[in-house]
Amino acid sequence: MAKPVELEINGKRYPVNYPSDTPLLYVLRDELGLTGSKYGCGEGQCGACTVLIGGAPRRSCQIPVSAVAAKPITTIEGLEKDGRLNPVQQAFLDAGAFQCAYCTSGMIMSSVGLLQTNPNPSQAEIVQFLQGNVCRCGTHPRVIEAVRQAAKMMQEHGR
Amino acid sequence: MSNVEGKLFIEPERYEFSAGPFHQFELARRDFFKILGAGIAIFAIAKDALGAQETAPGSRAFHNEELPKEISAWLHVGEDGSITGFTGKAEIGQNIRTALAQTIADELRVPFESVRMVTADTALTPFDAGTFGSRTTPTITPQLRRVAAAARDLLVGVAAKEWNVAPAGLVAADAKVTDPASGRSLKYAELARGKTLAQNLPAEDPITPATQWTIAGKAIPKVDARAFVTGKHQYTTDLRPAGLLYGRVLRPPSFGATLTSCDDNAAKAMTGVVVVRDGDFVGVAAPSAHEAQRALDAIHAQWKEVPQISSKEIFSYLKQNAAAKSEDRFRKQEGSVEEGLAGAAHQLDATYTVAYIAHAPLEPRAAVAQWADGKLTVWTGTQRPFANRDELADVFHIPESSVRVIVPDTGSAYGGKHTSDAALEAARLARAAGRPVKVVWTREEEFTWAYFRPAGVIEVKSGIASDGALTAWEFHNYHSGTSGVDTPYVVANRRTEYHPVPLILRSGSYRGLAATANHFARETHMDALARAANMDPLELRMKNLSDPRLRAVLETAAKSFGWPRKKTQEGQGFGVACGCEKGSYVATFAEVAVDKTSGTVRVVRLVEAFECGAIINPDGLRNQVVGAMIQGLGGALFEAIEFENGRIKNPHFASYRVPRFRDVPEIEAVLLDRKDIPSAGAGETPIMAVAPAIGNAIFDATGIRLNNLPMVPNGLRSA
Ligand code: FES
Ligand code: FES
Repeated sequence: MAKPVELEINGKRYPVNYPSDTPLLYVLRDELGLTGSKYGCGEGQCGACTVLIGGAPRRSCQIPVSAVAAKPITTIEGLEKDGRLNPVQQAFLDAGAFQCAYCTSGMIMSSVGLLQTNPNPSQAEIVQFLQGNVCRCGTHPRVIEAVRQAAKMMQEHGR
Repeated sequence: MSNVEGKLFIEPERYEFSAGPFHQFELARRDFFKILGAGIAIFAIAKDALGAQETAPGSRAFHNEELPKEISAWLHVGEDGSITGFTGKAEIGQNIRTALAQTIADELRVPFESVRMVTADTALTPFDAGTFGSRTTPTITPQLRRVAAAARDLLVGVAAKEWNVAPAGLVAADAKVTDPASGRSLKYAELARGKTLAQNLPAEDPITPATQWTIAGKAIPKVDARAFVTGKHQYTTDLRPAGLLYGRVLRPPSFGATLTSCDDNAAKAMTGVVVVRDGDFVGVAAPSAHEAQRALDAIHAQWKEVPQISSKEIFSYLKQNAAAKSEDRFRKQEGSVEEGLAGAAHQLDATYTVAYIAHAPLEPRAAVAQWADGKLTVWTGTQRPFANRDELADVFHIPESSVRVIVPDTGSAYGGKHTSDAALEAARLARAAGRPVKVVWTREEEFTWAYFRPAGVIEVKSGIASDGALTAWEFHNYHSGTSGVDTPYVVANRRTEYHPVPLILRSGSYRGLAATANHFARETHMDALARAANMDPLELRMKNLSDPRLRAVLETAAKSFGWPRKKTQEGQGFGVACGCEKGSYVATFAEVAVDKTSGTVRVVRLVEAFECGAIINPDGLRNQVVGAMIQGLGGALFEAIEFENGRIKNPHFASYRVPRFRDVPEIEAVLLDRKDIPSAGAGETPIMAVAPAIGNAIFDATGIRLNNLPMVPNGLRSA
């Protein structure tokens, strides 16, 4: 077993006892109790486990903890600031962009990542970016709408 | 699993209801214990409530339970004015938590926010056969409404007594009872305080008609939505009770394989690992998922496998292995098909096939089980908590009252979460470990060991007169099922038959059941008839339809779609399909674009009109309808389970293709609100007409008729 790592998640430091080759998702969910990131496939195919690593959306089921020890990690639990939702969360809420909502945290994290690099994405760019996120309930049109609304909100507030 | 006795023919498409438990354990009988507590409540007695569809074959008699089986719904008015509605139905993303709370608030005349729903908990909620068959809206909604009306009357009665006036003159509104004559009023909370009111529902209680609804009928956002966008909602997979162990089950290499030898010494030697061997069941529990995986990998087992057929030969197999003669109830005949065919101007004879498909809910099957004093509590994402409870009681030889099944709002199901597999596994491991155990199926397990929507072959023979009127209709469904098997078109000479075939893969319910397959065959066939007669496909349908509700959805959708349309581009095509099932009506129009060189088929636009009586929550309904359309698109174009010799060959999202963002067309759902018609369920019917509408559009674009679902798993040319 490699030596224990420490992670920085949502601005807090967490010592990790799980082996360093454990995928980040299991550490988040099982060891640290941050269950907002979901298991949907464990194969990098569904996006339910998406978190931000150094600001970029990544599939946490595919990344060993050892690879992210030096990088700030944001999970769905870290988006809300002082009781205020992140604009993407708010937009999902406003658009009702979920049914069972099991895909929702992954969708939100991917969308937050998208808007960080592309604050005003076209419909085609949203579709392209979220291609790896599965919603089996078929809420895709609402998710796209929510991302557009979030982009609008962020631009209005950013200026 | 590959061989079944005749009894499994009992319920086509719902084989999982009559199948035995996934595992059989050998355990000792334990003590009986009671669970349920009491409350201030109104009970609905469900004499007429449990219709035929609610009663699953194999569901056991209900005994040793504090709430009698006849109680189908109940409601509690708290001393603080909080209202709690209880239902055995589960929230699986279909939004019942919101819709049922709206119904209660509306009838009880209280703010929506004061109503809370307790769902799918066998210790707290009334018995329920399961959340399936689009039954929640037509059965539970009116019951909760009647319960709420009775509660309101009761509160009015208390106020009348308090003021010594006649109840008839009092008004219940805004969570209080008011006497207009004196201007006095008392809040429900004040009326309930210090009292123990418990009453059965009066036989008849007039409920508010849809035209007078104030809270029902509104697009109220999903209850607890904030918990979902913040990741705070706890699904079964998220639960972590103190002392939790992670369970894994050793799976056979193929279906029906039996264990011949098993060396689990290495696994047993691992610290903190519990290994359970019980018959063919081999499982491990460990303090973490990776330790459980390591223990599982350390077990060396030998299996005896049995040769089985593959997906390549499935359709000829189904034809060859159909029962020689099907039971009477699976056969219907009117007039003479032979005479009808003889008098037809055009005849058509065609065969359609549908592949096995998977539900693939994003939250896989999962359960957390905990034993204490011989009693078992299981949290699991299931559509049938009471059936799960009964099965657990059976398998562990304990009374039903010693088992409590709780369903956290679940990461969807689509008819796929009826069985108690994960619950049995978690409970067996937890029993051995003496600690709570969580079992979460891997995606591969989910694609392999769950059950599928059965494959099928459908043969249709028909004739029309020169004016397009149907003269004959003969329809044979092999194996896929009976839902939606009857044609809604008027035809004097018809024969319909369902041909059971013994199960090949583990099969069961799926959103819409066989209605999707039967509608695909029928609506594709109707389109081909229209082409043969050189008629507009919509016109041919209208010519043969008398049902005004079905005509209405067709007309509405046609208008929104702009039918008939002129093609403006190469490869463009338009198609239509329609149908009705479970009291709701659907018409779908599709536009496709086919790239003739590459064979790529793109669905450009889907327009669907849907009518299910009075709408309770238009936003939730729209969400369901659009979701069903997108799910239907997957089965239409590319979803198929491939199997060979008892193995699933594509048990991953990388190889089993589900609809993703790029596949989703422009979608329009037009909802018809019929306030004069009781609300019907909406989870299933909107999926039915999607595939044939798309297929008919592909024909319109290319002249190629696709009779097999999925239609273009590899593009058009190799289809
Ligand atoms: S769980 Fe990580 S991509 Fe599916
Ligand atoms: S809302 Fe259920 S998977 Fe997306």
